[in-house]
Order: sequence, then C-alpha cells, then structure tokens
Amino acid sequence: MQAVTTNGTAVQLDGVVVVLGGYPALAGASVAVRAGELVALRGANGSGKSTLLRACAGLVPVARGTVRVLGVHDDRTALRRHVGLLGHKNGLYADLTARENVQFTARLVGAGATDVDDALRRLGIDARVAATRAGSLSAGQRRRTALASLVVRRARVWLLDEPHAGLDAASRDELDSILAAATRAGATVIFTTHEIETRGAAVPRTVTLAGGVVVSDEPAAASTGGAR
Amino acid sequence: MRQALAVARKDLLIEWRSRLLLVRVAPFALLVLVLFAVALDSEPLILRAAAGLVWLAMLFASLLVVQRSYAVETDDAAIDVLLTGAGEPGRVFLGKLLAAFVQLLVLAALLVVGAVVLYGAAVSGSRVVLLVTTMVTASLGLSGIGTLYGAAVANMTGKDSLLPLLAMPAAAPLLIAASRATEAAFGSQTIDTTAGWTWVALLAVFAVVFVSAGAAAFGTLVEADS
Repeated sequence: MQAVTTNGTAVQLDGVVVVLGGYPALAGASVAVRAGELVALRGANGSGKSTLLRACAGLVPVARGTVRVLGVHDDRTALRRHVGLLGHKNGLYADLTARENVQFTARLVGAGATDVDDALRRLGIDARVAATRAGSLSAGQRRRTALASLVVRRARVWLLDEPHAGLDAASRDELDSILAAATRAGATVIFTTHEIETRGAAVPRTVTLAGGVVVSDEPAAASTGGAR
Repeated sequence: MRQALAVARKDLLIEWRSRLLLVRVAPFALLVLVLFAVALDSEPLILRAAAGLVWLAMLFASLLVVQRSYAVETDDAAIDVLLTGAGEPGRVFLGKLLAAFVQLLVLAALLVVGAVVLYGAAVSGSRVVLLVTTMVTASLGLSGIGTLYGAAVANMTGKDSLLPLLAMPAAAPLLIAASRATEAAFGSQTIDTTAGWTWVALLAVFAVVFVSAGAAAFGTLVEADS
C-alpha cells in the first residue's frame, strides 16, 4: 500500500473508463477534489454519476485511467478503507433494528457505543425507531438509518448517491448541516443530485456529467444554493 | 479478526431473528431423511445408507443456508457497506464462513439424531469422538464450499439454480469422505474406525483447501460481481 499523501487533493480521477455489461458507464472522466471540499455531481440518469462514486469507492474495476483517493490508486482494498459509501439503496439488513444496523457498522470500523448514540441522535432517530427492524421502517427512516451508519463510519471521503432522496425538509436540512460539519472536520464529500435548489446551504462546487465524461465544473461562486 | 467476528455475529443475529434454520432448513433436511426412508423401504438398506443420506440432506440444506447468507447482503446492497467497512474482503469471507459453520454444525447434530431415531443408527464409545470430529470437519468444509461459491454467484441472474450446479460437484469428494467416516462412526461392518479417521483427515484437508481458497478469492469474486 502506498503512503497516504493528501497533498491538497483527496480524490483525483484521470481519464477513467469503467465498462459495465459492455457499456462504458464512464468514458474518460477526469476530476480532482480537494481535501475538505463539498462537491455535487449532477447529470441525467445514465450519465455516470453513480459509477463515478463506485469507482472512487473501489467497487468497480477501472478499465483505463487512474482513480486516486488520498494517495492510494492501485489497491482497491486499501482505497476502500478511506471511503464511506451511501448508494441508491440503503445497505441495511431488514431483520436488524435501526440501532443494530448502525452498531454493526460501528463494530466493523472499531467505533464505540457513544458514537452509535451520537449518530442516531444527529439523524433524529429516536428510541422507538432505533428499536424497530429496518424492514418495518418508512423509506425516510431507512434513509436516515443508512446516513447514521455513514456518520458512525468516520470516513475521510464520503460518497453519497442521492442522499436527500426520501427525506423530509427537516431531515434534508439536518443532512446538509451534517455534510457541512463533515467537511469542516476535514472530510471530503462528493454527492450526486438531480437538481440544485435556490435555498438552503451553499454548494461550493458543482460537477456535471454527461455520457460518462465531465462536461462542466462550476466553482463555488457559480452555485446558487442547497443541493437536493 | 474484529471485522470477521462482527460479520459472523450479524449473520447469526439475522438467523436468530428470521428462524430460517429452525423453521425451514431443518424441517426440509429432516423431511429428506424421512422421504429417503420411505423410498428405500428396507431396513437393512436404510441402515447401510444412513450415513450417506445424512450428508446428502446436509448438502441440500447447506445450499439454503448459503443462499440466505448472501441474499441478506444483496437485497439492499449491504455488500457495498460491508466491503468498504471491513476493508479486507477475506475478513468478510471468514465472518460469513463462521456463521454458516455454526448453523451447519447445529443442522448436522439434528440430522444425526434424526438418523438414530428414523434409521436406527447407533453410536457408542470411542465412535462418538469420530462422529463429532466428522461433523465438525465436514460442516467446516461444506461451509467453505458454500461460502466460496455463494460469493461467486451472489449477484448473478439465476443464482438460485447456479449455486447447486457449481457447489454440488465441488462438494462430491467431501460428501464421500463424510459419508464413509460417519459410516465408521455408526459401526458399519464394511469400514472400521481406523479407516474412518483416515476419511476425517481427508475432510480436514478439504476444509483447509476451501477455507484458504475462499479467503483468498472472495475479494476477486465479489468485485467481479459489482
């Protein structure tokens, strides 16, 4: 494993090509994200947003190009240690309660009971919901539980696929504040979204994909508001 | 090792909650024993075939255990969380293997009791040690085969039919060795205890090979699926 050298850049993709089922889901995508930066990925369905996140998480094979996360680029196992991923699905176990799901993630990464309680509290998961099996939770409650698992993961790079989907307005605002707090603490956050609202927390930067390549990269000043 | 134990604990907790082993797998395996007895309809023949029937039922039942083990990972894409959280894929494999092993060991105990009750198989004296060692090594080997091939087909279309097609031929040598060792433990006239221990040694080799291969290949198999 290479030494982790942030050197200002936490995530860097250079001409990345990912082929899934014979189709180039990413066709030469290049983007660099600084440590502590919050970046929104935009694009139509099939533009490659989710695949880009999965490539950053070391979960899909890269056919060409380089994915470098915190200095690691040729060891997908080592790369995964740095990332926390929230995909389209929530990654929960239906037969475990919300608390048990978060506890499981905590055990995997060596976090303690206090971290679990803190994550549940931050996501507004009360004792009743925490004691309910994930399979019986509403879509919004499941999403919040998945986000609590991500919070307890304490990753240095957060990768979130449509994190606001299924959340009510209050939960969306809470999520925005969690993401902002994560970046202030030094984490790098990349999330996908379909639209940018004109209110809410600022999005420092918006990268747009089309056809598996980056077609625009708007800096902070060009963004207008909170991402949804 | 922390991650492997966390995965095993999680899988066993899910099993405890869903009761799949007790409600579906164990009744299915015991039913297989009963149906074999009805089909053979000959006491001497049943007694002679008892050991083989126990392990054939174990093989069928192990496929259900493994399918369930991976279904909980793929239903809501929890495998992604698992791989990013655990870091080393081999640890995930060992955790899932350990949980499957515990379940199959319980199942093996149930089926041996079933063979004693239904078939009149008898175990006594030093043969008890042979039987228990056979159950442990064969269950470990079956868990290794199932967890390895389960990973290979976890995200494939038609995985439910692919798993038996791939795993059953691989398990054939283990089935033979486990049956022969159990036959010796049941006091068969055709094989003595010493020969039974030789088959147990072979079972141990199978278990080591499949556990090692699974731990090494798991990452490649699940990454290829992703």
